[in-house]
Amino acid sequence: MKDFKVLNTRAPRIDGPAKAVGKAKYADDLTMPGALYAAILQSPLAHAKILNIDTSKARKLPGVKAVVTSKEAGLVRYGVSPARYDETLFAHEKVRYVGDEIAAVAAVDLATAQEAVELIKVDYEELPAVFDMFEAMKEGAPQIHDEFPGNMNAEVHQEFGDTDAALAQCDLVVDHTFLNKRQDAAFIEPHSCLAVFDLDGRLTLHTSTQVPHYVMRTVAMVLGIPVGNVRVVKPYVGGGFGPKCEATPLEMSAALLARTTGKPVKMNYTREQVFLHSRARHQFYAEMSLGVMKDGTMVALRNKAVLDGGAYTSFGIATVYYSGSLLGGPYKLKAMKYDGYRVYTNKPTCGAQRGHGGVAHRAAFEQLLDMTAEKLGIDPVEMRLKNIMATGDVTINELDMSSLGMKECVEAVRDGSDWKNKKGKLPKGKGIGMACGFFVSGAGYPIYRSDTYHSTVVIKVSEDGGVATVLTGSAEIGQGSDTTMAMIAAETLGIPLSHVRVVSGDTDLSVDLGAYSSRQTLMTGHATKEAAEQIRNAIASYLAEEMDCSPESISFSDGIVKFDGQPGNFQHIRVQYIKEHRGWTDPPSGEYLTFREAARLAYLKGGTLVGTGKYKPPRLGGSYKGAAVGTSPAYGCSAQVVEVSVDMETGEITVDNMTDAHDCGLAINRTLVEGQMQGSLSMGLGECLFEEVKFDSRGRVLNPSLGEYRIPTALDMPNVKSIIVESSEPHGPYGAKEVGEGAIMPTIPAILNAISDATGIRINELPVTSERLFMALKNKENA
Amino acid sequence: MKTIIQMTVNGELVESAVEPNRTLLQFLREDLDLTGTKHGCGLGDCGACTVILDGKPVNSCLVLAVQAHGREVLTIEGLAENGNLHPIQQAFVDKGAIQCGFCTPGMILSAKALLDENPKPSELEIRTAISGNLCRCTGYQKIVEAVQEAATVIDGTEVSS
Ligand code: FES
Ligand code: FES
Repeated sequence: MKDFKVLNTRAPRIDGPAKAVGKAKYADDLTMPGALYAAILQSPLAHAKILNIDTSKARKLPGVKAVVTSKEAGLVRYGVSPARYDETLFAHEKVRYVGDEIAAVAAVDLATAQEAVELIKVDYEELPAVFDMFEAMKEGAPQIHDEFPGNMNAEVHQEFGDTDAALAQCDLVVDHTFLNKRQDAAFIEPHSCLAVFDLDGRLTLHTSTQVPHYVMRTVAMVLGIPVGNVRVVKPYVGGGFGPKCEATPLEMSAALLARTTGKPVKMNYTREQVFLHSRARHQFYAEMSLGVMKDGTMVALRNKAVLDGGAYTSFGIATVYYSGSLLGGPYKLKAMKYDGYRVYTNKPTCGAQRGHGGVAHRAAFEQLLDMTAEKLGIDPVEMRLKNIMATGDVTINELDMSSLGMKECVEAVRDGSDWKNKKGKLPKGKGIGMACGFFVSGAGYPIYRSDTYHSTVVIKVSEDGGVATVLTGSAEIGQGSDTTMAMIAAETLGIPLSHVRVVSGDTDLSVDLGAYSSRQTLMTGHATKEAAEQIRNAIASYLAEEMDCSPESISFSDGIVKFDGQPGNFQHIRVQYIKEHRGWTDPPSGEYLTFREAARLAYLKGGTLVGTGKYKPPRLGGSYKGAAVGTSPAYGCSAQVVEVSVDMETGEITVDNMTDAHDCGLAINRTLVEGQMQGSLSMGLGECLFEEVKFDSRGRVLNPSLGEYRIPTALDMPNVKSIIVESSEPHGPYGAKEVGEGAIMPTIPAILNAISDATGIRINELPVTSERLFMALKNKENA
Repeated sequence: MKTIIQMTVNGELVESAVEPNRTLLQFLREDLDLTGTKHGCGLGDCGACTVILDGKPVNSCLVLAVQAHGREVLTIEGLAENGNLHPIQQAFVDKGAIQCGFCTPGMILSAKALLDENPKPSELEIRTAISGNLCRCTGYQKIVEAVQEAATVIDGTEVSS
């Protein structure tokens, strides 16, 4: 069935060599003659009125070129979702968390800028602060934003079917609560940017971002620059995972200071500032009840979420919707009710992180599923298989599973892990657990309301016909999107991968919403395919004219052109090509006409060969409030089995084996797909077992470093058995869909279910450190 | 007060004047424009700044430039010879051990230091050797596979030559 030349292979990523030799440029590797360095003043208090800001001393420090506060920056409100623009570049009147930005300084070097920041004197009147989401909801709690009484940032209430009635008819209803902890994305590259204005007032902002397009729009809006005069260029990015999905105060300050001084301005976050800027995983509290029949048929789910949002909204509205909508599948339900609350607290702002909004509630639900199966005496795998959705099913909240290899994933991990011989048969202290999950292949709608294309792509062929260059605004952030687009272009044009180049991450090249919601393979992929098809068709029609045949008889593959499968009588084209390129070292040869000769002919007939492609999803989802969140042209899904050993004396957990199956539709690049799967599991394992951003009693982050905030090392991760399941997605380019985020969904609950299997204890609070498990073991002993 | 220092960087003698508090990382990145060495934390936590100093992997953010005086430094830029990737670099490319690539230079140099000392490491020895190099993207598996592959390739070349 699959007779691809380029797709579905293990082609090495095209940026691999540049990264391996240290030549790949990241934002902090860029410099410009005459560049200034900038630093930001951040609030030391969690909640306070700003009475006065005195910058006079800072301004007088030799070497300082500009100091800006809200006075200079203005008070344009911005954020991610226009429905909740609740930030200004610099705080005025009030600071709302330790780290809130107050001023920025540009100076001849970083040390001077930092010294000047220290010289800015701010008079505060400290206000009572609130750090706990439940406290924040109580009457009389300190109010963080006047416009949002009760600190209620966003509230969601959705019901599909009659949940109470459905639960009442169930044979069994099981309740469960769950609490995760605030996570940090801990990408290894801190945010960094370089802003420069040209003489015409045009800003170029080089920045470490996942979303050049949105950064362009926000910077233009906040600084009052015509959007056509802002160009955002993303160099290589050292990981993003969500928090680099929105414009940062770093980027806006650098741009403002560059405008003020007329010089390029370079700026970085320190690692501590990365923690303060945060925009990473929320803390979620989940409360849910699952109703089932005796035979294991799932009937109804009641789900409640409380999210600790921190001081501002960021992606939070989408997050609180996702915690509900992403439980609509992959199991059939007759009724589902969701109540979600996102609450402001005086802490750094949470946002989107890998598996946006879905991870904690998926963890709670998959645990609940196991608890229910146990009560019914049904094997957890069987219980899942009994209720699972298949291709063509539509969830109760109207998400269309146009392809879904969920059953195949469950069976693959069951068999791949030897589940049948292990479940219930392992010695005490050893356990096995499983879980499932699914995720969008690109959000169905842009963040701002718009009819925009989500992706456009331009492909241009060099005049000799030898190289096709893909020009795209999409964001390579490590996931391999440049390689993916190159492979799609190569396959479509019928040329080897080495003949394709990719230039990406630049808002001048095309429109692309960027690397979030696992959207680029599907959306940018579609646009790339369409652009390549346009070129192929143009070449075919010029060739048909020249060869006096029909365009349909012409085929392109592996860099050669066939006419009805035959070489055809193309010699005059070759002679012409060689004559034109006399003295060149690479004359075309061989039995068949090459793509290069054909593309050259097309150039001679029609000028520079350019193809453009575009993609925008059709209208998706239901018509209820919030129906847009969770919609996608396609869904990826995964299942995992995890085996653990628990030291029953100390509570120490070792993850011994992980078996992971993911349905990504057609795997464009098998190595890259596995890379996303394994990286997801590693982030999930960290969140489950040890990651937690901690605060002191005054709202200061206690562990803002990669030493104190521990992420998995090579010694924490076991080898993962990664199984790629390929369904054919009708809405994906060549049948492809997501893998970057769906793969994290089952990780936490699979580990928790394995711990329960090993110890008989249900842990419902993360992270499961050895202390936490030790205490639970002890309590159980005493009980 | 600047101090004059001399060191060998990637086989070439370098002489420069530096402030006493300048780190080797700053010196390499900013003074020598060797930006392949990455800054991930500046605190010795992440390993992105790993270089090889007199044969041993070190976090260059924790070493002062003056401390490297008279010594030999190898950075990621010094590994490829005549434009050919070093077998470890090649294995990282081939095995999919690189995603964002930010940890890659440090990771490769930690692997190099390991294989120089221990040409046939066990999986645990590899994992231990790179345990000071954090990677948030890969889950480490493909990195371990790449180091294993590189060990085999290097071993093979040495036998045949
Ligand atoms: S930058 Fe040196 S260890 Fe992180
Ligand atoms: S590849 Fe991104 S941190 Fe390792």
